[in-house]
Amino acid sequence: MPSLDQVSVLLVWTAVAIYALAFIFYTIDLARRSSQALDAKDAAAVRDRELVAAGGGDAVAGVRAGGSASLVVAPSQRVRPVFARIGTSLTWLAFLFHIGADVLRGVAAGRVPWANMYEFALTGTMLVVAVFLAVLFRYDLRFLGALITGLVVLLLGGSIFAFYVQVAPLADPLKSPWLVIHVFVASLATAFFALTFGLSLLQLLQSRHERKVLTADGAPVRGWGFLRTLPSSDTLESLAYRFAIVGFIFWTFTLIAGSIWANDAWGRFWGFDTKEVWTFVIWVLYAGYIHARATRGWRGTRSAWLSIIGFTAVLFNFAVVNVFFKGLHAYSGLTN
Amino acid sequence: MSRPRSDSTDEVTDEAADAAADPLRPSDHVDGTAEIVSPRLGVVGWLRWGWRQLTSMRTALVLLLLLAIAAVPGSIVPQRSADPNGVTKYFQDNPSMAPVLDKLQLFDVYTSAWFSAIYILLFISLIGCVIPRVKHHLKALRARPPRTPARLSRLADHRSSLVELAPGADGEAAASRAIDVATAQLRAGGYRVQRYDGRGAFSVSAERGYLRETGNLLFHIALLGVLIAVGVGGGFTYTGQRVIVQGTTFVNSVGTDYSSFNPGRFVDPDALIPYTMRLDRFDVTYQTSGQAGDFVAHLTTTLPGHKAVDDRILVNHPLSIAGERVYLMGNGYAPTVTVRNPAGQVVFHDSIPFLPQDNNMTSLGVIKVPDGLAKQLGMVAFFYPTQFENRSGAFTSAYPALVNPVLTLDVYEGDLGINDGIPRSVYALDTSGMTQLTGRTTGTASIELAPGQTADLPAHLGSITFDDASPQPAKDSSQSVKRFVSLSIHHDASGPWVLGFAALALVSLMLALFVPRRRMWVKARADGTVLTLEYAGLARGEDPTLGGAVDALAQKHGDALEASSGVQPAVTSPSVD
Ligand code: HEM
Repeated sequence: MPSLDQVSVLLVWTAVAIYALAFIFYTIDLARRSSQALDAKDAAAVRDRELVAAGGGDAVAGVRAGGSASLVVAPSQRVRPVFARIGTSLTWLAFLFHIGADVLRGVAAGRVPWANMYEFALTGTMLVVAVFLAVLFRYDLRFLGALITGLVVLLLGGSIFAFYVQVAPLADPLKSPWLVIHVFVASLATAFFALTFGLSLLQLLQSRHERKVLTADGAPVRGWGFLRTLPSSDTLESLAYRFAIVGFIFWTFTLIAGSIWANDAWGRFWGFDTKEVWTFVIWVLYAGYIHARATRGWRGTRSAWLSIIGFTAVLFNFAVVNVFFKGLHAYSGLTN
Repeated sequence: MSRPRSDSTDEVTDEAADAAADPLRPSDHVDGTAEIVSPRLGVVGWLRWGWRQLTSMRTALVLLLLLAIAAVPGSIVPQRSADPNGVTKYFQDNPSMAPVLDKLQLFDVYTSAWFSAIYILLFISLIGCVIPRVKHHLKALRARPPRTPARLSRLADHRSSLVELAPGADGEAAASRAIDVATAQLRAGGYRVQRYDGRGAFSVSAERGYLRETGNLLFHIALLGVLIAVGVGGGFTYTGQRVIVQGTTFVNSVGTDYSSFNPGRFVDPDALIPYTMRLDRFDVTYQTSGQAGDFVAHLTTTLPGHKAVDDRILVNHPLSIAGERVYLMGNGYAPTVTVRNPAGQVVFHDSIPFLPQDNNMTSLGVIKVPDGLAKQLGMVAFFYPTQFENRSGAFTSAYPALVNPVLTLDVYEGDLGINDGIPRSVYALDTSGMTQLTGRTTGTASIELAPGQTADLPAHLGSITFDDASPQPAKDSSQSVKRFVSLSIHHDASGPWVLGFAALALVSLMLALFVPRRRMWVKARADGTVLTLEYAGLARGEDPTLGGAVDALAQKHGDALEASSGVQPAVTSPSVD
């Protein structure tokens, strides 16, 4: 009889495999968007210009209405999102396995499944997918699917290789209700930052594309064709911002809850421990991003870079600081 | 939201000619007025220019990014505050680099001149930014919503509809009535409203979401509060350390019982409340892997003038007493040792805290016998809770609990160096003035004792006993050696303030980010038998739901008109687009 934990690992692998499949379908979807958009390139190029000129004041509404395709490409030329649909279905399926894996791990450990690095990764990526799928009900962000599933495959698959540890009893400082709250909310914030990251990335590509279209002045533009089927960079930016502020609020809470916990466990609420430093750095970076969005000359491309740097710091904080930096937060569960 | 909104903002403010209700922001805020004001020559001009630069959004942003970058080295280079041993080690490992880094204050990043400069500038900028905005906002809170723009159709979010009036109806009265209805609806929706009627047009101007700016200002002020609370609170904070051996009592008094005490600038060490605390028992469980957990220190505490009470300290559950918090920081074994002179008289009897060296609690301790023997005696001792001899013949501990406890001692005689008044660590033995009598190079084997055993000291100095601390009769050796705990005692005056400001920051941040601030206008004009209704909205700051809100308003207003008078909006047309 395999142990619960072994079953959990099996489920994780299954989920990773299905996510990988979803990634493939989402990627095909993007590729198909490219070719279809190219077929209609003349018309689209002109409309693109109009869109840029008009600034897309209503673009957000367009996104809500089901893909900016409605804005950029005439309905007859609209991409039929069969592959994206399959991608989403697969993501749902993988997500179910993922939940199963996470819950089983929790049951096997007899506690919340986020008390060492492997478990952070397991739960964190699950939340990334959960937020992504939840957001799909409201906005058609399937164009982010390839990025999100790709990220999850890398993080989750990589974590099994690099961070897997067997269930072990908690170290005393972790025996606290704050483990449940603080770490969970941090993961949730990460999930929102991940979406922000994806949107900011696309925003950068899109604005480069828009600039090219503008300078080409009607001539055909080379580049990633699928960008034509995406919302304008303005719309992408304001969506990114909306996820960023949710993430930022969760992160602020994480910071505060972490200090309260540190005060109980270590006798001081803030001591610039390595992990505290990075939590602070990330917080300040996203505060910078929010400011940049409100600063003339920084809106647009520069602020998008800040969001990307912010998420890089989040990943760094998880994957590098936990393992290689010395500090009180020695809970990776790995023996060095 | 997006650029067009900013543009239309300018138009509207032009037309409305009511700047007072706009949030005042630094001039390079995206909604701000044009910047680049060349300074008038002269000191005042330059000062004013410098101040404007310092309080601009761009400066705040750059300082924020600098702060993030400046914080990073502190996670790479060990910090004196968080990891003093790491710093010592760094100096040993990098003797040429370390002094350079030290010059750059890289071992004290968060108190360094450059880090402080960044955050102090940031907070000056913050103050300079917030004060005018607070003034402005207080005014805006009392101001009436601005005059309705002449051409609402120029706004991005604009709807209009036409209503057919009954023949012979009074157009102006109907328009006015329609605006009455809209006014009531908007007011019920939390808007502040103001009627602007005239020149045949009736309109209501409405504004809501002042809480957004309130939240933003409170958030920035709360950040300032956190900083000040931390800064000022540090002066009233003290921390102290103390080791308590099982069965002994600690008195909360700086003069006698603390092994170290770090008071803030305004702390009066004589004012501590002298409660007492006795360690009755220390519990811990070990996994087979040796991992320790479930630490509990059982204490008897007595506040002056009160009865003694039983208390416990656990990790994550410090004991709160007399305005202090007492934390469990470490634990270990404290073997009890008795030394007798050749005549059999006791010259030393004490339980000595030994410092754990590994996960299996191999522990190192120093015993100093200054008086009563021919010479001063020092002993370097190892304690193994579960002694195990490895292949090379060396002892280690195989398990952290007391299964096979053994004490080994190397004896030194000579001068302990404690008579010259220089304070010596109780955990170290300075052997420079001493001769080693047992162990390695001496030819005499180290002394090896189990609880209850006695051995002769070398050179006929007397005898030493490793006392069995078990309550009689003992079933096994599990209680044969006493435990000690090291406690950290803190008084943190700033804690509640910091927490309060942090909570305020969080709540006001949510207001600042999620409360939509917007203006709405409803205008009615009668043209013969047709009533033209216009609805328009304008976002102040991010407001993704504005369009929907204008739709909802138009819908609800239309429904209400229909219900009240039977008239029916005939043509509905979203404008623009
Ligand atoms: C201590 C460093 C600071 C931090 C952590 C910080 C953080 C934030 C955050 C999180 C927001 C978003 C909340 C909102 O939009 O209301 C914000 C907004 C804002 N901050 Fe700061 N801030 C800091 C310093 C400053 C300074 C020095 C200024 C003035 C130059 C400033 C001016 C503003 C303004 C005008 C907004 C509104 C932005 C908008 O319209 O969206 N902040 N700040």
